[in-house]
Amino acid sequence: MSDATLSAVPRPHEAAPRSALQRIARRNSTIAFLLTLPLILLILGLVVYPFLYAIYLSMLNRRMTRFIGIENFTFLLSRETFWDVVFQSVLFAVSAVLLKALIGFILAHVLHALPAKGQRKWRGMLLVPWVIPPAISTLAWWWLFDPSYSAFNWALAGIGADPVPWLGATGWARFSVILVNVWYGSPFFMIMYLAALKSVPDQLYEAASIDGANGWQKLRHVTFPMMRNIISITVLFSLIVTFANFDIVRILTNGGPQDSTHVFATYAFQVGIQSGDIPLGASVSLFMFPLLAVFAVFTLRGVNKRTKEMA
Amino acid sequence: MSTTTAGGFVPAEMKHGSLRRERRWAMIGAYVALAVFVVFFMTPPFHMLVTSLKGSAEIADLSGNPWLVSAPTLQNYWELLTQGNYLLHFRNSIIVTTCTVLISMVVSTLAAFALARMKFWGSATLATGVFLTYLVPETLLFIPMFQIVGSLGLYNNMWAMVLIFPTLTVPFCTWIMIGYFASIPKELDEAALIDGAGHLQMLWKIFIPVALPGILAAMIFAFTVSWAAFIYPIAFLVSSDQMVLTVGIVSDLIRADTFQWGKIMAGALMAALPPLLVYAFLMDYYIAGLTAGATKG
Amino acid sequence: MAQVTLRKVVKAYEGGVQAVKGIDLDIADHEFVVLVGPSGCGKSTTLRMIAGLEEISDGEISIGGRLVNDVPPRDRDIAMVFQNYALYPHMTVFDNMAFGLMLRKFPKEEIKRRVENAARILDITPLLQRKPKALSGGQRQRVAMGRAIVRDPKVFLFDEPLSNLDAKLRVQMRTEIKKVHQTVRTTTIYVTHDQVEAMTLADRVVVMHGGVIEQVGPPQELYHNPKTRFVAGFIGSPAMNFIPARLENGAGALRVHLPGDIVLPVPAERTARYSALAGKEILFGIRPEHLTEAKNLERPNVAQMLATPEVTEPMGMETLVHFKMAGAEICGRVDPTAPAAPGQPLPMAVDLNHMHVLEPQSGRVL
Repeated sequence: MSDATLSAVPRPHEAAPRSALQRIARRNSTIAFLLTLPLILLILGLVVYPFLYAIYLSMLNRRMTRFIGIENFTFLLSRETFWDVVFQSVLFAVSAVLLKALIGFILAHVLHALPAKGQRKWRGMLLVPWVIPPAISTLAWWWLFDPSYSAFNWALAGIGADPVPWLGATGWARFSVILVNVWYGSPFFMIMYLAALKSVPDQLYEAASIDGANGWQKLRHVTFPMMRNIISITVLFSLIVTFANFDIVRILTNGGPQDSTHVFATYAFQVGIQSGDIPLGASVSLFMFPLLAVFAVFTLRGVNKRTKEMA
Repeated sequence: MSTTTAGGFVPAEMKHGSLRRERRWAMIGAYVALAVFVVFFMTPPFHMLVTSLKGSAEIADLSGNPWLVSAPTLQNYWELLTQGNYLLHFRNSIIVTTCTVLISMVVSTLAAFALARMKFWGSATLATGVFLTYLVPETLLFIPMFQIVGSLGLYNNMWAMVLIFPTLTVPFCTWIMIGYFASIPKELDEAALIDGAGHLQMLWKIFIPVALPGILAAMIFAFTVSWAAFIYPIAFLVSSDQMVLTVGIVSDLIRADTFQWGKIMAGALMAALPPLLVYAFLMDYYIAGLTAGATKG
Repeated sequence: MAQVTLRKVVKAYEGGVQAVKGIDLDIADHEFVVLVGPSGCGKSTTLRMIAGLEEISDGEISIGGRLVNDVPPRDRDIAMVFQNYALYPHMTVFDNMAFGLMLRKFPKEEIKRRVENAARILDITPLLQRKPKALSGGQRQRVAMGRAIVRDPKVFLFDEPLSNLDAKLRVQMRTEIKKVHQTVRTTTIYVTHDQVEAMTLADRVVVMHGGVIEQVGPPQELYHNPKTRFVAGFIGSPAMNFIPARLENGAGALRVHLPGDIVLPVPAERTARYSALAGKEILFGIRPEHLTEAKNLERPNVAQMLATPEVTEPMGMETLVHFKMAGAEICGRVDPTAPAAPGQPLPMAVDLNHMHVLEPQSGRVL
């Protein structure tokens, strides 16, 4: 029988004599290399190369005929509009992320306290803003904020309030873009925190109860330490995404009024694509990089730590 | 708000009488908070639906209630589906998304298998690199990409999207697939090895079927990202016949200052439908994919 | 069917740590060999090298006369049963068992015949269409064995297959494995840390310790004639007692002087064997079952001594008594009716026909 089994596997290349196991090892890493090759090509060709190319582009003049060093960067730093963009980007990212984190935390806790059966239904509804592509849901917000037909203003008129210039005045417009981002992003925080809450073993709460902890103490000494990692990962990740946001501002205000709601991405788009100054646009986006890099490194550290904890 | 936060933590060892009352109030608080947020979260989609069912006269009538429909009509939907380029945009979105999902899954599954199971020179660095790539936002790279796409002659060509969108999906898909693959017990590959499977047979016959939930989660992620992508289409696609939904709706239905809000809302609603349906039917996989980033599978 | 030969097999890891330090082993056709030892002794590594799952750092392994050092696992014609069963969770029991044959392109009817035959041997025919998730631990274990049987390989390899089962099921599956081996007669190498499993299953037991083989032999031989202190202490439960002692020449015979002025005569037929050690420090080895309540004192070479138990453990059919002798913990097995009580001096019988003398430094049993 064993002969039959043997003859059933005619593998000429296997039968070839091999001097050492190193050859198998080498063969293994060759296969591994081939399997990862598409990924490596993708990362090198469509992420690393464009990034280096962006640095090169940012050092050309407007018509891309001459190398001008860091002139684009110094030019931007001297412009008041650019500093407005910096201010608005930071304001937008920080306030939106804080609000999203807070709302997400509250919702996750409320959901977690519900009986398992109802939880699913509520969770299903609360995640809807995250599921609709933002470029599409923002259209609905745009319509809700319409200067003459705003459904919000109609409702405000119903209680006797004055109409609000949602997208027309600087302060309100900044509020509106943040509001829409909070609307879109809170469910993500909620679902992340909910997953983290579910991973805290019930026994810890039971032990804390027996040790005499009240609700607040359990939150402070059990829930929070167990979730700290997820919270920091989520906040950092959201800072990156929010800081680099494009869709919402582009559709709602396109940077207006008077460039007061521009963030880096929309400003880069306006300068680089719409006004055709590619090098200057590239410089604008590159200004995002240092901050993003810092966030990214901390996110990675958080994830690695969590992976170790879970193992 | 304070009552609702406390709602999650009803101390179990309170005195008998107050315990039930406390718990009831906490539950009521919880439901009130949920209701408030559900209203907040559902307002835009609801208003979208209401507007899409109105005729243009009703929309223009400032005296009417914008939150209600008095004469519902499917005219907006009908016009979208029979005239103009809406269906073309829908088709383009489907083509681009399907191709992106396929490419992403092939690239990320192969790479994740190698990274999860074969230790080779630089594999740890590559895995870290994949995660960092995932954190690179597309808004950082769209300007050089604009030049690259132009030099490839793919400007204003929807196939450029098929080339570029995988950069948005592959890193994360690879990352979560590494997690799913790594959770498969090592003895399973050893059993397959002894049973006579080669590397690709092991991947195809063991890893992919066993990690199917992870594959599904990654696929859903790739689908939603590619369906929702906005900055590349708006930067690279200018003629209507090449556009995908996220840019097509606005560009075709806004002529100068005339906003056809009824049709915009109808188009937006239909464009939001595929992700919503995927979400409704595959919610658990959707959420698994969402939360996998921080927990590695 | 085939014999397995290991020649000076070494497994070294990066950094020079050796898990297996050059072992030689000949396993005959049809033989059931059990590798036993504490965790980290190199038994699993050895098995995995035979399977081809670990590279062999040095030495040679051949299966059926064919050198397999560089042969991948699939071409070694072996089958393996894993500790965690390693069943493919997405396949039915039938497909799990058929997978290896399918990959080897066996005809459909042949696969079906073999799987059904194995299922009959293992009594799992009604489970063939189930998924592993729907099986109990014992059933999964049977499927894992079935997967090995259908392949009809030259060698079966078992890697601690019973350690995830509860005690009762373990005993049952042990019998099952023995029965299967008696039916199919395939050469079997079985790894376990449980010496009872080793004793009950093996034709020959290989005791490993610290990457080397301490002793190879049939279970009874290992039990009665251990060659090293490690084997003497590892095989048998409760373990053999080791008491520091002196061998003295006196009154024309050798005598063992135990602490507490206990003097026991060495049986006459062993005098020659031990005479070289006269006047030297030794370890006196005696199994608990040869340290009983005072009985059979009329027989030759049974001596009496007095001990004061510190703890007594009634086990039902016997009672274990624990006492101390010059710092060494000593265990004896007495009849439940014996008047054994903590603190009460108890006369005990030492059956010197079963005594062992060990060299304290080398641990060698003489």
